[in-house]
Amino acid sequence: MPLVLDPNFRSAGGVPARPHEPGDEFYELLTAAHRGLSDEASARLTLRLMLILANHVGDLRVLREAMSAARSTL
Amino acid sequence: MPNLPVIVIGAGPSGLTAAIDLAQNGVPVCVLEARDGAAVGSRAVCYSRRTLEILNRLQFAEPCVAKGVSWDVGRTFFRDDEVYRFNLSPDGAHQYPGMVNLQQYYLEEFAIARARALPLLDLRFGSRVNSLKLMPNGVQVDVSTSTHAYTLLADYVIAADGVRSRARDALGLVSSGETFSDRFLIADIAMRAPFPAERWFWFDPPFHRGRSVLLHKQSDDVWRVDFQLGPDASPDDERQPERVVPRIRAMLGDDRPFDLVWTSVYTFRCTRMSMFRQGPVFFVGDAAHQVSPFGARGANSGIQDADNLAWKLRLVLRGAAPEALLDTYDEERGLAAEENIRQSTRSTDFIAPRCSRMRRLRDEILALSKQYSFARALVNSGRLSEATRYPGSSLIVPDSDAFEGDLFPGCAADDVPLQGALGKEWLLNLLGSDFALVAYDDGKSQVRDLLLGARDKLGSIGIALRVAVVSATPGVRAQTFVLAAFVDMDGLFRRRYDARFGTVYLFRPDQHLAARWRAPTIEDIEKALRVATASKPREETCR
Repeated sequence: MPLVLDPNFRSAGGVPARPHEPGDEFYELLTAAHRGLSDEASARLTLRLMLILANHVGDLRVLREAMSAARSTL
Repeated sequence: MPNLPVIVIGAGPSGLTAAIDLAQNGVPVCVLEARDGAAVGSRAVCYSRRTLEILNRLQFAEPCVAKGVSWDVGRTFFRDDEVYRFNLSPDGAHQYPGMVNLQQYYLEEFAIARARALPLLDLRFGSRVNSLKLMPNGVQVDVSTSTHAYTLLADYVIAADGVRSRARDALGLVSSGETFSDRFLIADIAMRAPFPAERWFWFDPPFHRGRSVLLHKQSDDVWRVDFQLGPDASPDDERQPERVVPRIRAMLGDDRPFDLVWTSVYTFRCTRMSMFRQGPVFFVGDAAHQVSPFGARGANSGIQDADNLAWKLRLVLRGAAPEALLDTYDEERGLAAEENIRQSTRSTDFIAPRCSRMRRLRDEILALSKQYSFARALVNSGRLSEATRYPGSSLIVPDSDAFEGDLFPGCAADDVPLQGALGKEWLLNLLGSDFALVAYDDGKSQVRDLLLGARDKLGSIGIALRVAVVSATPGVRAQTFVLAAFVDMDGLFRRRYDARFGTVYLFRPDQHLAARWRAPTIEDIEKALRVATASKPREETCR
């Protein structure tokens, strides 16, 4: 599967969400995960999260594409 | 003296909506308002399609739309670029636009005019409620005017007296939640400008670096500008013209003349009461809950509160439903308040991040949004108020048959244009203010007998039921002459409701879908109506 850059967040089952809700929920989860952490701990969390998600994706072709998609915007 | 059935405290949008619904549908109601007329100054601006549909049912949507500014498109900018755009009416074909912008005092004036036309509505300005006591036989309300004081007794009280509700204080109740630290400046300016009637929101624009700005068009060529100021701004200094005018000048980027109509500096809170019902007293609107302004969820949720409560009170006062129905006001509108607070808190966290790290994260999303659509979808400059959905409510019958599409039991009816005997008619207009049963029919099914049977049977237990048939072709209309019959000439009803011949839909008096079936029996309909009115099943009541 190629790298997905279109909206791709989904809620698990239940009541059909309004279109913006899964993405908003993701943002809320991510900010909540950082709450109460020092800057140092927060930076580590970001890196560790990136590593965990990279392993979850697994496909090196997709990861290479993601890295270049991110890097090309800098 | 006998009790008044209902007293409404407060003549803002929520209180007037509730009072007009009750009086229009046969319930005498007294409205007490401390002010001498409509509110002044800058308050609610944006009224959603669902609100307009409710006001239409209450017969004062037309002046609001005529005076207001209709819009559907919202555009969000990051620095110099547009990064996100929404359209509240992507497929058109609705009676009302996604939003109408209108200064709140105009909306209140139109509501007051409608209220004054209703013989059962006793609207008393300059009447301050000093105390509220729960008595064994009702609610005692102590009122004072500039010249005298008196006491009223009512079966039910609707407390619609705003953020600083005295009724709430009188009962020792509180509205609690979160206070946000960022300050915002509101400037209403009068000017002639060729900008389109759209909602424009900027993150970090060149004319207001590092913060956000929101622009709305109101009627009379008045524009609402909302500048984020940060937590350290001085409310007294920032609203002075010498501070405000340069900010606006920078935004306009030219010498076009304008007048400052109103300025104020505000912070906001997201709070709610833990229960919106206290015995015979019901809290609606800002008295019950408060949200941030991003999303137009204040007045729009208050009006939906009133819409939800009024029909329940009507049925209980008429003896057609048990008291238990009134508890579902708190159940349903409590969930609505939770949703509104959740959405508005998320928007606030994106617009005014809680710390510098979260601001970095937010800014990276904005930066990615130029190239990647997934990031655009995360840009949250306010998620605008839509009709509340009550899928898990104890009054809603979940589907037992298969249906496709976005609409499900608990949703507000989606309006569609139909062809009636007298010309074009909107679905919501034929639903009215009572329960309504609508069947999609090809003229061959037995659905006509079913609808008439249900109407007679439920009429005998005190529940008024409107019945109507929607058909795909004009030929069917002639055969259903005893029923209101409409033609789905554009096929929109079939598509939006996933209708097949024989499908039947039950709508509540607030026009939310209560149940639907592919081929119901009269018992299915009767049972759904008992669920929808919180009535006990027949086995338990007939001993």
